[in-house]
Amino acid sequence: MDMPAPDARIMALKPALVARLREVLPHDAVIEDEAETRAYECDALTAYRCPPLAAVLPSSTQEVSDVLRICHEMGVPVVPRGSGTSLAGGALPTADSVILGVSRMTDVLETDYENRFIRLQTGRTNLSVSGAVEEEDFFYAPDPSSQLACAIAGNIAMNSGGAHCLKYGVTTNNLLGVTMVMMDGEVVEIGGAHLDAAGYDLLGLICGSEGQLGVVTEATLRILRKPEGARPVLMGYDSNEVAGQVVSDIIKAGVLPVAIEFMDRPCIRATEDFAHAGYPDCEALLIVEVEGSDAEIDEQLDVILQIARKHNPVELRESGSAEESAKIWLGRKSAFGAMGQINDYMCLDGTIPVSQLPYVLRRIGEMSREYGLGVGNVFHAGDGNMHPLILFDANKPGDLELCEAFGADILRLCVEVGGCLTGEHGVGIEKRDLMVSQFAPDDLDIQMAVKDVFDPKWLLNPAKVFPLAASATRRAA
Amino acid sequence: MTEEELSEAIAGATGPLRILGGGTRPIGRPVDGALLSTAALSGIVDYEPGALTLVAKAGTPVAEIETALAAEGQRLPFEPMDHRGLLGTQGTPTIGGIVAANVSGPRRIQVGACRDFLLGVRFVDGRGRVLKNGGRVMKNVTGYDLVKLMAGSRGTLGVLSEVSLKVLPRPAETATLRFTGLNEESAIKAVTAALGSPFEVTGAAHMQGATLLRLEGFGESVRYRARALQDLLASFGKAEVLPDEIETWQALRDVAPYHSRTGDVWLYSVTPTEAPALAGQLRGHGALDVIFDWGGGRLWVLAPEGQDMRQTNLRGHATLIRASKETRRRLPVFQPEPVPIQKISQDLRAKFDPRGILNPGLMEHIP
Ligand SMILES: Cc1cc2nc3c(=O)[nH]c(=O)nc-3n(C[C@H](O)[C@H](O)[C@H](O)COP(=O)(O)OP(=O)(O)OC[C@H]3O[C@@H](n4cnc5c(N)ncnc54)[C@H](O)[C@@H]3O)c2cc1C
Repeated sequence: MDMPAPDARIMALKPALVARLREVLPHDAVIEDEAETRAYECDALTAYRCPPLAAVLPSSTQEVSDVLRICHEMGVPVVPRGSGTSLAGGALPTADSVILGVSRMTDVLETDYENRFIRLQTGRTNLSVSGAVEEEDFFYAPDPSSQLACAIAGNIAMNSGGAHCLKYGVTTNNLLGVTMVMMDGEVVEIGGAHLDAAGYDLLGLICGSEGQLGVVTEATLRILRKPEGARPVLMGYDSNEVAGQVVSDIIKAGVLPVAIEFMDRPCIRATEDFAHAGYPDCEALLIVEVEGSDAEIDEQLDVILQIARKHNPVELRESGSAEESAKIWLGRKSAFGAMGQINDYMCLDGTIPVSQLPYVLRRIGEMSREYGLGVGNVFHAGDGNMHPLILFDANKPGDLELCEAFGADILRLCVEVGGCLTGEHGVGIEKRDLMVSQFAPDDLDIQMAVKDVFDPKWLLNPAKVFPLAASATRRAA
Repeated sequence: MTEEELSEAIAGATGPLRILGGGTRPIGRPVDGALLSTAALSGIVDYEPGALTLVAKAGTPVAEIETALAAEGQRLPFEPMDHRGLLGTQGTPTIGGIVAANVSGPRRIQVGACRDFLLGVRFVDGRGRVLKNGGRVMKNVTGYDLVKLMAGSRGTLGVLSEVSLKVLPRPAETATLRFTGLNEESAIKAVTAALGSPFEVTGAAHMQGATLLRLEGFGESVRYRARALQDLLASFGKAEVLPDEIETWQALRDVAPYHSRTGDVWLYSVTPTEAPALAGQLRGHGALDVIFDWGGGRLWVLAPEGQDMRQTNLRGHATLIRASKETRRRLPVFQPEPVPIQKISQDLRAKFDPRGILNPGLMEHIP
């Protein structure tokens, strides 16, 4: 993955830039020492690293505005950063950029249970949003697996999803308003505690814009009352086709589970060795979870179990207690960790139409043999969002490149069958150059024209999302 | 009509275009221009019940889509309103019109708005370029989300040629809890308590003296939640539990009580707890009636013709849905935007439609 060469003019500005930033920020909020800027050299796509020119850690919208105004005046690129858990390289700096981290901005500004929203600074972690409203039995629905670490800032920038989004939607469906600072320092308010935007849906546009349109400093999020209870069932099947059919039949039957998770054999084996969750040895495993009171759960599970049985499961396990539920989820939750025990892995994130599941899994298996790299599949089956985990050895020369080529082939396959490159992780640098397989030049041009409106000088996170060749003239202007 | 013909029509246009789907929702500042209708761009392109996704050309009649969905026990979850009764229009509502105006009904509080169910769009921009964004899968963060931007942009950024939507199963059963005799303040308190409960209310309204809560799902679950809500809300009186009440919810969705009454109709979106006070304030300014939907978050206000009912210092926004052409020229139809947002909107229009020919002025206020 190429990144643009650092601009010598900007590199030379460092002392002047740091001096100006120190005029508007406390001393410890401007990090310029090379040993310390290293802490910001990468996100969770750790194969790519580059320390930034400097990093700043503002504490308020005003400080963010001051920083951006200075960088704008001096023509210095800015890379916004939440917690740095992006798997796509979204928060990867270039050597001539300033990292603007919102990690000091974690305050809850307003909690309103009657109108069911919370307003907060975006450096707050995802899990601690639910934490802030737990005492009233409320929660914030989007729950990425990284929720302990990732910040609302990153969730908004990536439009992140979670295990329960089949029922509750992803970030964009739960975001009511933002305070955002434009690259020139102007502060704008979009949306609020009410539903639906007046005028254009700029909120929808900003959500998922990967830090390229503005720096989001505050957010109003919808909170929901917790369901009375939840219960999973586990089902094992002899083939991916049958498991795929079960998913489709459940959806057609009118039940709306909160989650339908799918694991294939390589993934089941790895998690069994690692977490000993007691999963059956089979081709495909489904975890289906429903919510409600006990009686409501029974009613929904009746329908689901009937469908499950019709397809001859090799195993069908209902949970009878909280411990059994935890055990059913244990393997799924440790799947990434388990694959990581075997080797380094790259996690893909393409989405496909649910009907294409068996075909795509078969093709991935064939490609795995052709490339000689192992792959396990664990994903949100209800919405077709796949997570193939490709195993490789980072210490073996050429293995990363081989893995990337394999990954690119899988993503192109997702697009071919009517899906897309990324369902929740974002494009970042990782899928930037594959965008041409999903979009025609005009489709990319109109998206870049949107960036022209918000950030005419292309200073905000400029080397992401769009193929470098496609954005070159705009970045150079 | 094909998408290519639509593209040629726009590329070849020499002046402003007035873009119509079924022509049933003339909302916005009146536009002068040559008529361009998408009605001929019609038909369901793809429907996968097992994946909950449907793709249709923009001019497809909503009724055709609803019939296809009903045959599989599914529906458009966001309960789009039929504007014909309220606006006195004829014609056939199209799916493109619903998306272009981001039309959502009572169920919006539980499941989301039209824009939340829109998975992908194809459209023609002001230069005649055929563009696409999103797709037909449920999760997609590839590139910027222009799908949301196009929803509700009312033909001012591009002319939709095809939309793909997420659909949901129809529930096995529906029940409605009805309280009568609550004043507006108590009514909003009651629905607020219901919406803050775990009982998954899919409609919460106060209309013509009745306070309504809707429950949908499997039979046992609906009955269980109805009892639980009766208990939770016992201090507001005893709620009747009625089966279905499909007509009542349809009347709310389509604002039926205003169909035969004269007056302008304003639509407010606010935070629910502010609603009763706002309604009082509006009555003080001459409002003739107020209907509360979305748990109090949406107010349908019947007002004397030609009168500016937009309140200042509002946390939310107001849209003038029904009024004479003269009024819609004189008063801003949409909530006036703060200067920086107005600039973003204008700049976006200039990128999507450099010649300014697509429904020019429809979403703007030109004093
Ligand atoms: C183990 C693991 C599991 C994961 N599971 C999931 C999952 O289940 N679902 C899912 O969707 N993702 C998942 N992710 C990916 C990642 O956690 C999400 O993308 C997350 O939202 C990133 O948040 P962050 O705060 O770490 O953002 P960062 O990595 O810091 O930044 C992400 C992007 O946001 C931009 N950004 C950051 N702050 C701002 C701001 N204030 N204003 C504007 N732009 C900003 C950055 O420039 C960058 O482009 C997972 C990651 C890991 C490592």
